[in-house]
Amino acid sequence: MTLLNRGRLLTIVGLVLLGAVYVRALAFTPTEASQGLAQKIFYIHVPAAVWAETSMILIGIASAFFLFLKDPRLDRFAEASAQVGTVFAAVVLTTGPIWGKPIWGTWWTWDARLTLTLLLFFIYVGYLVLRGAITEPGLRARYSAVLGICGLVLVPFIHFSVLLFRTLHPQPVILKPSAPSLPAVMLTTWLFSFCVFTLLYIGFVTQTYALLLRREAGPPAHG
Amino acid sequence: MGDILRDAWTIARKDLILEFRSRTAFLSAAVFTALVLTVFNFGRDPTAVPTLDLAPSILWVTFTFAAMLALNRAFQLELENQALDGLLVAPLSRHSIYWAKLIANLVFVGTVEAVGLPLFVLFFNVDIGGVLAPLLGVIALATIGFVAVGTLFSAMVIKTRFAELMLPVLLLPFLIPPLIGAVQVTAALFSGRPLSEVQGWLRLLAAYDVGFVTLATLLFPATVNE
Repeated sequence: MTLLNRGRLLTIVGLVLLGAVYVRALAFTPTEASQGLAQKIFYIHVPAAVWAETSMILIGIASAFFLFLKDPRLDRFAEASAQVGTVFAAVVLTTGPIWGKPIWGTWWTWDARLTLTLLLFFIYVGYLVLRGAITEPGLRARYSAVLGICGLVLVPFIHFSVLLFRTLHPQPVILKPSAPSLPAVMLTTWLFSFCVFTLLYIGFVTQTYALLLRREAGPPAHG
Repeated sequence: MGDILRDAWTIARKDLILEFRSRTAFLSAAVFTALVLTVFNFGRDPTAVPTLDLAPSILWVTFTFAAMLALNRAFQLELENQALDGLLVAPLSRHSIYWAKLIANLVFVGTVEAVGLPLFVLFFNVDIGGVLAPLLGVIALATIGFVAVGTLFSAMVIKTRFAELMLPVLLLPFLIPPLIGAVQVTAALFSGRPLSEVQGWLRLLAAYDVGFVTLATLLFPATVNE
């Protein structure tokens, strides 16, 4: 099976399971007492947020290794991860306001976490724009690696501002130093969803990677 | 390290002399700063919003734009007659080239800010007399952060299409953390609150400077090596 098809298969499985996540979240997971149905979006919002940020971290690591190893695979992975990360960040930025309107009474607020995601989105867009503006592959790879590493270093700084800014955002209920403060059944749904998003991330990245590889190879000789 | 700084100063001096003799870039940047401050004056309703509430934002948005404008020019200078190639074949370490540009940019942006600050005081009638020293301190901290990242990025964008547009798109997200910190500290200073209240922000600014100056020094060779 080609890499592209493998990526497609993973994505299809992921999308089907995403449907299953929602069946489970809506039908088999209790509704949260104070937020009601709006809380269900949490099962998409949080896994997407985790992967939007993890993707940036992976780009940074791949970029750092690229500058030493000059392996084009790392650069290709970084670009694929940036494309997928942009989409995931967009998912977070779309689902967030949908939840925010009924719960906070506003679509958008300049809360620290929202700002962080928005900035992450801007870094992704800047990264992709930079890639698009350089035609020479070697130069493009080096420059994007530099930007990728800077992006990775910027994230903790933005995170730190989360601690300093007063925040409206719900505090983490899963990834926090103490044990998750989520009922077991909700946690299971969330973990299921998280696994699905992981699968989707891998699926999307594999597909994009394969497409980039194909683009580099140029048009087929007989075409 | 001594060599790097000495070489850096030699190149920075060359840049600054060029700048001083032509003065076009500096004058445009200074006029630009004055214009942004003027635009701000008409961008608010003075009867509805007290100046003091807006003052920190006005100051920092102006400085951010002025810095961006100045940084665009840093490597543009080296594009003519392929001066950058000449610089690269010279027996200098790449790190010293970065530091040279960093120093020259700091002087350039600092001078523009030195023109902007009195104008800001004049236009918006903000009393900075009692807090001048800490205010200059926070301006220095934030400017080092702006210029550290900006110098690195400006070395990259000159080789891209739409360089003038590319720099703000890449740079602005990186300027947000120091910008937030600078605005918070400035607001505290203007309203007479103690600095201990904004200690966290000062630490953030300092950490940002150290972090990005180091990172940019390490990464700069990757932006110019062939």
